Parts: sequence; C-alpha cells; structure tokens
Amino acid sequence: MFESLSDKLEHALKKLSGQAKINEINIGMAMRDIKRALLDADVNYKVTKNFVEQVRKQALGEEVIKSVSPAQMIVKIVHDELVKAMGGEQKDINLKTSRMPAVIMVAGLQGSGKTTFTAKLANLLKKKGRAPLLIAADVYRPAAIEQLKTLGAQIGVPVFSIEEKDALKAAKQGIEFAKQNSKNVAIVDTAGRLQIDEEMMAEAERLKRELSPEEILFVVDSMIGQEAVNTAKVFNDRLDFDGVVLTKMDGDTRGGAALSIKTVVDKPIKFLSQGEKVDDLDIFYPERMAQRILGMGDIVSFVEKA
Amino acid sequence: AKTRENIKTKITKLVKGRTEIDDEFLEELEQILISADVGVQTTLDIVDKITERAKNERYASEEDLNNMLIDEIQKMLSDARDAHVVDFDAPLPSTPYVILIVGVNGVGKTTSIGKMAYNYKTAGKKVLIAAADTFRAAATEQLEIWAERAGVPIVGQRQGADPASVVFDSVSSAVSRDMDVVLVDTAGRLHNKIHLMEELSKIMRVAQKKVPDAPHEVLLVLDASTGQNAINQAKEFMKSVKVTGLILTKLDGTAKGGVVIGISRELNIPVKYIGVGEKIEDLQIFDRQKFIEALLK
Ligand SMILES: Nc1nc2c(ncn2[C@@H]2O[C@H](COP(=O)(O)OP(=O)(O)OP(=O)(O)O)[C@@H](O)[C@H]2O)c(=O)[nH]1
Ligand SMILES: Nc1nc2c(ncn2[C@@H]2O[C@H](COP(=O)(O)OP(=O)(O)OP(=O)(O)O)[C@@H](O)[C@H]2O)c(=O)[nH]1
Ligand SMILES: [Mg+2]
Ligand SMILES: [Mg+2]
Repeated sequence: MFESLSDKLEHALKKLSGQAKINEINIGMAMRDIKRALLDADVNYKVTKNFVEQVRKQALGEEVIKSVSPAQMIVKIVHDELVKAMGGEQKDINLKTSRMPAVIMVAGLQGSGKTTFTAKLANLLKKKGRAPLLIAADVYRPAAIEQLKTLGAQIGVPVFSIEEKDALKAAKQGIEFAKQNSKNVAIVDTAGRLQIDEEMMAEAERLKRELSPEEILFVVDSMIGQEAVNTAKVFNDRLDFDGVVLTKMDGDTRGGAALSIKTVVDKPIKFLSQGEKVDDLDIFYPERMAQRILGMGDIVSFVEKA
Repeated sequence: AKTRENIKTKITKLVKGRTEIDDEFLEELEQILISADVGVQTTLDIVDKITERAKNERYASEEDLNNMLIDEIQKMLSDARDAHVVDFDAPLPSTPYVILIVGVNGVGKTTSIGKMAYNYKTAGKKVLIAAADTFRAAATEQLEIWAERAGVPIVGQRQGADPASVVFDSVSSAVSRDMDVVLVDTAGRLHNKIHLMEELSKIMRVAQKKVPDAPHEVLLVLDASTGQNAINQAKEFMKSVKVTGLILTKLDGTAKGGVVIGISRELNIPVKYIGVGEKIEDLQIFDRQKFIEALLK
C-alpha cells in the first residue's frame, strides 16, 4: 500500500544524478511526488501546498552529496522540515497550581478516545506519585460513567460521578471532592461533541470558564481526514486548548492530521494513545511522526551517516 | 449555525464567471475534491476526465461547466453496485436473520445497533441483540441501555467472556424464541491486528453452527470524518469477513464522507445506512441520490 516515497523519488530524480546542485528544473517532479505523499497521508490540502513550497525553497541550491542519491537527499530535507513543523518546544502538561487539585479537562469529537485517554493519563500520573481523581462529566453517552468507573477500578483510581445530568455540576462537585480527599489532580472526562454543535460547544466553554483548568487537551483520532483542520480550529477558538492527544496510533494510519493540526493551531502534540490498554500511552516524537507520514523507513539515518 | 460548505457550493463558486478550463481552474478543482477526502487518485482521475472532456466538448456557459463537473464526480459514485435498498419492514429472506456489525474502535457500531433494533422493532420484527463486545469497558452496559430504549431483549455474558460463545448463546436463543433478527455487536478492532480479525472469523463459524447461512449481513461501520485510512479499513475487513454493506456514521451537520467516493470506486461495497446523530431515530437508509445531492447539490 505505502509505496515508499524514496522509491518514487529515485525515479523522479534520475536526471539529477551527476548534477552538482538541486535546481528548479530538476526538483519539479520530486515536489509533485512529495505533495502526493502528504495528501495520501491526509495532510490538509493547504498545509501540504505551503509545506511543499517551503521544502522547495529549502532544497534549491543544495549541493548534492556524492555518496547519497539526490532522491535520498530530498527525502532528508522533507523529513527535516516535517520535524521542524511538528516539533518545537516540547511542553509537559501543566500541573503547577497554587490551588488543589490541578484540573485537566479533555475535549474532542465523539469516539475519539477521550475516556480511555483520561484513564491512561490518571494511570501515568499515579505511577509518578500523584493522587489523581477521575471526574465523569459526560452525562449523555449511554454508560459513559460505567465505562469510566470500570477503567478507574482497573488502575485503582477513584471516579467521581453524580446522578444528575449536569456536566458542570458534576465537574464542580468532583473538584470539591478531590479537595476534601487530598487528590492533587482532577481529570475531567467530557462528552464527545461535533464542532458544529453550538449547544455542546457552549457547554465546553462553560466548563472551561467555571473550572479554569490548568490544562485542556484536545483528543483527536489519528485516522481523521481533511476535517482535522476545521475541527481543531473550532475547538481551539472556543477552548484555546493547551495540547493535542493523537489516538489509535496503533493502527496503520499515516496520521497526517498531526502536521495539519500543529500547523493550523500551533499547539504541541503532547501524547500518543497507542492501544486499548491503560498502559498504551506514549509521548510524541516529531521524528517518528515525520517518518510515519512519509511512509518510509530508515532513509533518514542513512543520509545522516553519509 | 450549521455551515454546509459542500463540494457543490464550492464548485458553484469555482465556475462562477468562467467559461474556460485552465490550470488554475483544475488546481482549484483538485483542492475542492481532496479537501472532501475524495483521495488523491480518484481526484486525479476526475481532473483528467474533465481535462479530456474540456478538449473535446463544447461548453458555452457556467452551467455547462458546472454540470460537466458534477456529472464526472457522480459517475465515480454510481460505478458502485447499487445497494438494494430494503426498508426495515420488508420481509426477511429467512429467520433468524443474523446481522454482524464490525469496525474499528469508536466509529459508532453500538449506537447503530441500538438504532437498527429500534427500526426493526418499529417495523414489527422480533429483534434480539447479542452483546459480543466483551472487551471494552462497560460495552455491555452501554448496549443494555440501547436495548432498553429500543425495547428488545439482549443476550450477554460477563466482561472478558469469549465473544464467540456470546454469539452462540444469542443465536441459539434466537432460534428457540423464534426471533426475526439478531444484531451482533462486536468489539472495535483495528484492521491491522491479525488476532482480532481472526476472532471475527471464529464468531462467524460459531454462528453457523446454529444457523448455517449466518451471518446474512456483515455491515462495516465507518466514521464519516475518517480520511484515506477508511479504504484500508474496508480492504482489511473484507479479507476476514464477507462485508455486505457499509454504515457511514456521524454524517450530521457537515458535508463529510467524501471518502465513500474512493471506496465505491475501489471496492464496490454499497452503503446501506447512514448515522446522522446520537439519538435512536438518527439512522437513515442510504439513498445514493440524496447522498450525492448532499455532497454535490
Ligand atoms: N486501538 C485503539 N483503540 C483505542 C485507543 N484509544 C481509545 N480506543 C478505543 O476507541 C473506542 C472509543 O474510545 P473512548 O475512550 O470511549 O472514546 P471517547 O472519546 O470517550 O468516546 P465518546 O465519549 O463516545 O465521545 C474504544 O473502543 C476504545 O477502547 C487507542 O489508542 N488505540
Ligand atoms: N454525532 C454523531 N455521533 C455518533 C453517531 N453514531 C455514534 N455516535 C457517537 O460516537 C461515539 C461512539 O459510538 P459507539 O456506538 O460507542 O461506537 P462503537 O463503534 O460501538 O465503539 P467501540 O465499541 O468502543 O469500538 C458515541 O459518543 C456515540 O454517541 C452519529 O451518527 N452521529
Ligand atoms: Mg467518552
Ligand atoms: Mg461498541
């Protein structure tokens, strides 16, 4: 399925062999293939276009190193630019606060993996010596509370919930409960919502306003297509979130959403969710993501050594 | 407000004031299609066809141009085999009629089952739900709520039980209770997990012990906001189970689901139902014409 980009480029850049420098003429074809690779990986169309332009500028005038092929060189440039675009300062989640507990809120589309992620995060924080509380503020989805309770029991983290169907009340009472029970981190699971659902987006805003979370994380399914940009933009406009969690990374998606979202909202990707078990949580490495988006193996380290 | 910028509105903007197809036009067309998740190859093919037609055909007005574009996009969809659109009240070919619902995690399988149960029940059928997702936290509890809302019985076991054994119980129970329809919910599974895909084959074999021609339908659920990975999903599920149709979920609000054009073209699986919300009545029988209209008109 994923024909390697570098194979394609080898073909496109045959002509470049023997030439000393990369120029406008000899990289035209290569740029087309790069654009295609990114679009195949679901990178947003506009993001792709700007990115390719960036790479073209970067590549022009580069000396062709004798020991590697021009294709390999270009792939290396693309890769490095991707890493740059997705990287930047890696920020930890913010748990620093003068009050108790620190509040973390998650938000995202339906089924993206929020509830599972809150349990994974609670598990991680617990292992790091924190005392987390999970708060069930999804009062809509059938058995959402049950789901969180089951996960909480698996990791030995208490779950706060109320009978009443009021997300804000549940969250506020949960935070109060955390305070009284010496829990220093409260993680609020919210219902899935579409960015066009005004009522639900307003609820999310209200939660943010009333809880003033130290950290708001936007949870997004790594298989998402071109909608990624719109979705992230609206959630960011409404919540000004602090970081992104990419889920279901244990699949075979190339995850172009990572580049799109980072480019459009410029918020760091903080976690990768890679499985259904409570331990399947990782931090984000721009290099690995770049290689995944390009659908390629070890070309980069190969060029690095040359 | 729900904004609805679909392919059609964008194309209308694109052709406005134009009677000529140039490179800029083609690039904008490419952008429109790719931004709707139609996929690179399908997009390139459509663009090629348009370029070809522009050379050979006379078109004088904006409207001609517009029609030409819509026509080519539509052709990509109509190539796919027609889903024989059967309403819930149509007589079933045999009973119990076993429907297996499969798909990756979180796409809307369980919710769709709740909605289907409600529709079959409303149409006067005796429905039983099989809770064969024994893996995900509170999956059975979630399905129980849907069964209650639909007013139909559910068969399940404890979490961690063998899903094939739940299916066996359910199908046996459906036979002895003279049920019309059995809806089997399965755990979400990513298509690249071989052992989980094999589990599906096992579920099928076990169902056949009681009802030899089961399952009568295997519906693959796809989330409409999924990108090109949906094609991988469909391909891989088709290798393990005989997928007879698709349910496209989360189509409420925006004009999503362009990936279906690529799937129709490459895989020829008909879309059977669409999910348009989280409520029990938010399931519709797929109407290709309407879908094309929502996407294009
Ligand atoms: N394979 C895999 N499955 C995941 C991952 N994260 C979550 N899931 C699964 O995805 C499905 C949805 O996860 P949830 O945590 O319920 O998602 P949610 O965003 O809380 O869903 P709603 O509350 O309905 O909006 C479940 O089947 C999870 O087990 C992941 O990283 N990998
Ligand atoms: N907006 C919208 N949400 C939907 C639709 N169908 C399902 N959902 C939501 O998507 C989320 C996941 O739905 P489920 O039915 O639990 O999905 P699933 O495929 O059974 O998930 P797993 O069993 O965890 O793999 C829930 O929050 C549902 O309410 C739909 O058509 N529109
Ligand atoms: Mg949830
Ligand atoms: Mg389910």
